[in-house]
Order: sequence, then C-alpha cells, then structure tokens
Amino acid sequence: MAYLSTGSEWTFELIQRYDREIARIAGEFGLDSYPNQIEIITAEQMLDAYASAGLPVGYNHWSYGKHFLSSERSYQRGHMGLAYEIVINSNPCIAYLMEENTMPMQALTIAHACYGHNSFFKGNYLFRTWTNADAIIDYLLFAKNYVAECEQRYGEQEVELLLDSCHALQNYGVDRYKRPKKLSITEEQARQTERESYLQMQVNDLWRTLPKHRSHLLKEEEEAMEPEIAFPPEPQENLLYFIEKNAPKLQPWQREIVRIVRKIAQYFYPQRQTKVMNEGWATFWHYTILHQLYEEKLVNDAFMLELLQAHTNVIYQPPYHSPYYSGLNPYTLGFLMFQDLRRMCENPTEEDRRWAPEIAGSDWRQTLDFAMRNFKDESFLLQFLSPRVIRELKLFSVLDDDREGKLRVTAIHDDEGYRAIRQLLANQYDLSNMEPNIQVTNVDVGGDRSLTLRHLQSDRRPLAHSFDEVVRHVTRLWGFTVRLEVAYEDGRRELKYECKPERKHQHRKAA
Amino acid sequence: MATVIDRRENGGNKSAVNQQRFIKRYREQIRQAVAKAVSGRKIMDIEQSGQVSIPVKDITEPVFHHGQGGKREWIHPGNKKFVRGDSFDRQQQGSGGGGSRASDSGEGEDDFVFTLSREDFLNFFFEDMALPDLAKRHLAKIAEVRKVRAGFSIDGTPSNLSILRTMRSSLGRRIALSSPYQKRLRELEAAYSEEIEAHGPYTDTAVEMMEKMRHLRACVDRVPFIEKLDLRYNNRVLKKRPQAQAVMFCLMDVSGSMDESRKDLAKRFFMLLYLFLKRNYERIDVVFIRHHTVAKEVEEEDFFHSRESGGTVVSSALKLMVEVIHDRYPASQWNIYCAQASDGDNWAGDSELCGRLLRESILPLVQYYAYVEVASEEPQNLWEEYLTVKNQFEHFAMQRIIGADEIYPVLHDLFQKRAAWPGR
Repeated sequence: MAYLSTGSEWTFELIQRYDREIARIAGEFGLDSYPNQIEIITAEQMLDAYASAGLPVGYNHWSYGKHFLSSERSYQRGHMGLAYEIVINSNPCIAYLMEENTMPMQALTIAHACYGHNSFFKGNYLFRTWTNADAIIDYLLFAKNYVAECEQRYGEQEVELLLDSCHALQNYGVDRYKRPKKLSITEEQARQTERESYLQMQVNDLWRTLPKHRSHLLKEEEEAMEPEIAFPPEPQENLLYFIEKNAPKLQPWQREIVRIVRKIAQYFYPQRQTKVMNEGWATFWHYTILHQLYEEKLVNDAFMLELLQAHTNVIYQPPYHSPYYSGLNPYTLGFLMFQDLRRMCENPTEEDRRWAPEIAGSDWRQTLDFAMRNFKDESFLLQFLSPRVIRELKLFSVLDDDREGKLRVTAIHDDEGYRAIRQLLANQYDLSNMEPNIQVTNVDVGGDRSLTLRHLQSDRRPLAHSFDEVVRHVTRLWGFTVRLEVAYEDGRRELKYECKPERKHQHRKAA
Repeated sequence: MATVIDRRENGGNKSAVNQQRFIKRYREQIRQAVAKAVSGRKIMDIEQSGQVSIPVKDITEPVFHHGQGGKREWIHPGNKKFVRGDSFDRQQQGSGGGGSRASDSGEGEDDFVFTLSREDFLNFFFEDMALPDLAKRHLAKIAEVRKVRAGFSIDGTPSNLSILRTMRSSLGRRIALSSPYQKRLRELEAAYSEEIEAHGPYTDTAVEMMEKMRHLRACVDRVPFIEKLDLRYNNRVLKKRPQAQAVMFCLMDVSGSMDESRKDLAKRFFMLLYLFLKRNYERIDVVFIRHHTVAKEVEEEDFFHSRESGGTVVSSALKLMVEVIHDRYPASQWNIYCAQASDGDNWAGDSELCGRLLRESILPLVQYYAYVEVASEEPQNLWEEYLTVKNQFEHFAMQRIIGADEIYPVLHDLFQKRAAWPGR
C-alpha cells in the first residue's frame, strides 16, 4: 500500500485523506465521537482563541484583552510555543489546526483532538452531566449579544464592573452535587423575559414582609416573637447562583449576566476536573492511532520520527530539581497511566495481579473505555495509578508544615509508599482541595440584610491576601454589607473581613 | 467524516475590542509606562511599537485561593536521592509546592509586560504633549501615497474600463479569427459570380456554392463582437510621494544646570520634530551637538546621558553647526531643520554673537529653527536676543517650557504651514 504522503506540506485533500484513515482506525478501536469540524487558522487567530479560553465566541471584557497581550508577547519573544490545536466541546466538535504545522503534525493533532478529546467529551460522565455539546455555541452567541445589548442600554462601564465582580466568583458558580439543567437556546430566549420578571418577583417575595429589627422592638414584643428563620436554611456553596437568585438590589438584566458567567463557568467545570484524564486519553490515542498508521505502512519513517519527536516533547516531565519544573505534567501522567492500563491488561505481572486483580488480564479496550467514562482525575488516580507508573515517574511526597522548621519526605516510590502517594496525588487533583471552601452561611433577613460567607479552613491553609478584594466584589453584587468569617478546624470562628457597600450619590432625575 | 474549513481568510484580531478595553481601563498606568519607555528610547526609535510594562498588582483579577502557610503534602516527580524521613530546609530547590517561582525572563514578576501597537504608542505619546488632533493625524499617518497611471491591465473594476483599448483588441481579435473564412468567402464569391455569368444561377454548382457561402458568412458572424479577453482597464499603481532628504540638528546645552528632567523635556521636543520630519522626508539624518563652553558633535547616547559642568557659550554650538552644514549638508541638497534646547543661561556678551550668527549664517539656510528654553526662572539674556531674531524671521520659533504639554506651540507653525513649503 502506498504512503498517504511523503513531504511535510499539507493540503486540504491530504487532511481529508488522513482524517479518513484516522477515523477508520479510531472506529476499529471502538472510539465513539461527535462529528468533526476541522478549521484551519493562522497563528494570530490562535492567539485570539487563547485569549478567550478557546471559546469561539465570547462577550467582550478587558481581561480577555489582557490575556491576549500577554500571550502575544510571550509568543513573539519565543517564550511560548502555541498549542498545536484547540478543541471545543461542542457538537459538531470544532478543532482548530494551525496553518504553520507540517502534515505529520496536522495528522497528530487530528488524532489527538478530533478523535482523542472528542471521544472523551462524548463519553466522560462529567461532560455528559455538566455540558451540553449541542447548545454551547448557541448559548455563547446568545451571551455575547445579550452582554452587548446591556452595554448599549446601561453603559459599558456598568456592565464591566458587574462582569469584574462575577469573574471574581466564577470558580464558585457550580453546585457540585446537583445536576444542572440542560441548556437549550430556544428555551433560553423564550424564557428569558419570563425569567426576568419571575426572578424579580421571587426576590421581592423574600424581602417583602420585613419584620422590624429586634433592637427596635419592645421587650415584650421580642419575647412574643418567634425565633428568626435562618436564611439560607443550609449553607450554599454556589455563590453565583445564590446571588443571582437572592441579591436584593440587582436589576433583572444584572441577574441575567450573573447567570451567563455562571453558565460559562459551569461549561469549564468538567475540564478543570479531568485535566490528567482528558489529556492523557488524547495523548494515548494519538500515539496508538498513529502507530497503527505506521503498522499499516500508510506513513513512512520520516513521518514517524517527526511525530515521535513532537510526542516526546509533549510528555516531557522535568524532574523536581530542574529549572523548568512547574509541577506534574498532566499529559505525561495521563499518558503513562493509560499506557500502563493497557499493559496491565495485555501483559500483567505478578504485581499487577496483586494490586489490581480485576484489571490484570482483562480486555484492554473495555477497561480503558470504562475508565474514560466513569471517572474524574481524583477518582481515576485513586483507582488506576499503578506502582509501575509511580516508579517510572519516581514520585515522592513532601510534607510542608509551617509548624515544623524543615520539610520532610513522607513517601517515595517503594512498597511502603505506593498507597500513600496514590492517595496524596488523588487529593492533589481534588478540586475541593485545590480551592478554598467558601460558603454562604447566613443572610440577616430581618436586620441589615448583611451576607456572611464562611471559609472552612482545612490543614490550616489560609486565604491568599486578595480575599479582601473578592469580598468587595461580592459586596458590589449583594448591595449590602458582606462579612467573611473563618471557621478553624478546632471549631473557633473569627470575623476576617467586613465590607460595607459604597454609598452612591443619589442621582435623582428632576421630575 | 470531518468537514474541513479554511478560516484563515477570516482575519485575526477578534480580540481587538478587548485589547482596546484593556488599554482604556488602564489608561493612567499605561500613560506613565509610555512616558518611561519614551525616555529610554532613541529619538529615531520613537515610532516603533513598544513594549511597556505596568505593575501587575494593578491588573490582577482577584479570586479566592490559598495563600502560604498551613500544612500541605505535595507530590513531586524525579526523585533521585530522597528516602522516607529525609528532611531539608525550605529554600531548597524543589521544596514544598506553592512557593513563589522565580521569573524566567529577568523582568520582575511584579510587572505585566506587553506590546503596544505603533498607533497606540504614539497616541499616548501625543496625549502627553497636548497635540491638537490635526497635528496628531498628520504625524500618525503612514507615508503618503498617491495613485499614478501605469499603463493598462487585463483586470480591474468596470469604472476603470478603457473603451478605446478594449475596442482595439476586440477588433484585432475579430479580424484574426474571421480572416480565414473571409478569404475563402471572397474566393467563393468571385467563383460564384463567374458561375452565374456563365451558366445562370440555377445550376447545381451555383446552388451548392450559395450554400457554402451562407455557411461561411455564418462562421464569420459567429465570431463574438466582444469577449472577456478583449477587456482592458486603466491601471493605476500606488506611488510614494517623491520626497527629499532632510537633516535635523539637535543642539543642547549640557552645562551643569541642565538636570535629567530638563534633558527629558528637551528629548521630547527633539522627538516631536523628528516625527514631523519623518512624515515629510524619505531620509533624515540627525546630528547631535552638545555644548557648554565648547561644542562637540556626539552620538545620541552621549548626548542625553553625559553631564558636564561649567559655563555656557551658545555661539560655540552655532558655529559648529554652520561648519557641519558647510561640510556635509549643503543647503542646496538638504532641507535643514534645527532644534535647540537650553536653559538660556548664556555667557554675557555671547548672546549678541549668537543673534548675529543666526541672522547671517544660519537662518538663510534652514527651513525652520525652533528654540525652547527649559527654565523655571525669569527669561535669561539669550531669550532677549532671540526675541529680536524672532521678529525678523518667520521660520524661527521659540518658547519657554516647563512641562511637556508646552512643547507643541513651538512647532505649531511647522504643522500649519507645511503645505506652503516647497521641497527643495
């Protein structure tokens, strides 16, 4: 059989031919993916895509300009290479390929993005639960237009301030344990007006019958009064949702924008939780598929060498003492784990049988498919990180306790260490561990309407100094005093910061 | 099966709006950064797009995250010497995670560095100098081009259609394509008239010939009157305006009283003149002359950064300039512009000589002479002398300045009268 191509130049016909072969092989391996839409773009367009976190359309905000300027500069100065592709979790799945890439690189990115990531988006339970690939592009478009319309009506500045505040809370826009409703563009538009009035009504309802404040009551009245109802009845971790539904002063359009930021944050939520798996899966598949192309003699040695070089760069893991070290490379970790999973199925050792009897010797395609569908980074590591991968990466754990003068190595890649390392690494990728746990615990419904946020500290880790600014943003959204208290592990509580809303000058229009 | 779409034509810069918003939001910081960048630049580099850096603390987007402290246990790769229970000091490389990382570029982590486009950079520069819009537009404009005729081309817009040329080629084509038929037709016609002469029109041969002739005429008719191939368009190409060369003299007093901030003002003044010249001339030389009691021609680096002390004899610089003009920049071939900056504190008795030099040897040769006195006190003796010069010559301008926004009036005439000057 003839090679698909020999040179490094790509053409549209060649891309189509490669895609056909790669799709065939992916199908033979049982990958199930959305239809693909491959878009060829320039480096400059890639920078644009970077600035908007890969989203093809987005509302305007200065922070995206800032990201653009900084990535443009590091690109121009050669500090940073551009990603070979960006892929968007939508149906059809949009993948951007850069025109600068050679044909072998285009083939690699097609295998990586269009069949690796794509099948992950379609199969993984988090993506299935949290995102709706059919509707995301429409929703982004709706969001862009809505924000633009608000800018026209209420002024750019006003909208910008609101977005700033929402962005400060965008990691707190998800209910971790509730399933969100599916997005649908027609529904969004149809219900938007309805929702506006309904929301406002609900809010009004909450604030309607304000009892007198206790301090204003006479003694006997106070005794007669029922104890105040706690609101919210249970602590809320979805700050944006809470604000959208309950902030007393927000206008309906402001609530809609809070909702937009929340929905977009929700779209990114699965990606933040599956970095290792998602990249590992895509890397595993481009490696596997392209080797299959080579086996079938569809590509030549030169093609394969270029790919292997790129592949090696992608999965390079600098050791802890290297100047280039900046944490674990998710591509490396994920790729090694999926590779090892396959090996455990195909050539299990005695150790594997001891560690993972249910995996050793099973059908590798089924096992990998199961792993891809039903886990996120945290549970994936806990379930599948094998001693062999720990040894290969020479993982070790360091305990940094500010009460101790020195750092201590607590586990290394040996028999005693495997379990500890696996547990620790899983924790390390647990979102609830990475981000401070902050919840809305109380609103003084009967009093000054102040909102209390509580930071539940763990391992005595404090909040970074920017917390006061974030609280100021919350205050802007809430409209009344906001307090941040810290709950220490020993049960003590302490008021950390209190922010009162700025007094606005009353602009009264002359009647 | 994937759909492949070529998006390259869509053009980039989707985030242009966002960039503008960023710039708008951090106007003040960027303005300061540009001012800083300008003082660090060479005059001839003023026009390039520029790197500016603003403090990162001003532009961070705050979020809740964990700070230093507490207890954390972190996994690292590449263990080569540790065993369980080893302990080491905190500052050691690769110790517990979350610590601050050294910046890799030599710039502090505290700066957000980015590149401002040429337009944005100049806008900030002009803003500082309070330039009126007209002057700004004039300066920021890319070199002027105009369209000149350049023959004919085979494609273009209908409005550029050259009818004469089109018809000429149409005619040529028609002649060429129909001539074989015409020739045979003529022969046939001759034969036919002989035939009917001899045998009358109703013989088989005559009818057959008639048929052939009809066919040939149809062939001729089938040659189209006009075809796409014939179309000719007037062709115009963009041509840069013919421009002459100019030389710009920067004269500066470097006596002890000129401190850094005064030099910075002077530099801005020179930059503005340079920008103006850049618009109007293809080639510009810049000559730097500094002086205290004696004058010296120097490189830009020395011009702004070295400091001398002692008295001031302005005429020394003027004399040197006259020499340089005679040696290297004959007024017949060069447009000469002079910019002089001084604190005006001249050696008594020298000012008169300066006035004479200007009147007799310099002003007749130059296009424009601009003088700024960077001073805060009363006008000095040089000022008095120059005032008399000003009254005699139209292309001499002077101004006392304290801030950068006062520079423009010196060059005001220059921007206004531009159209009136003939290039030499």
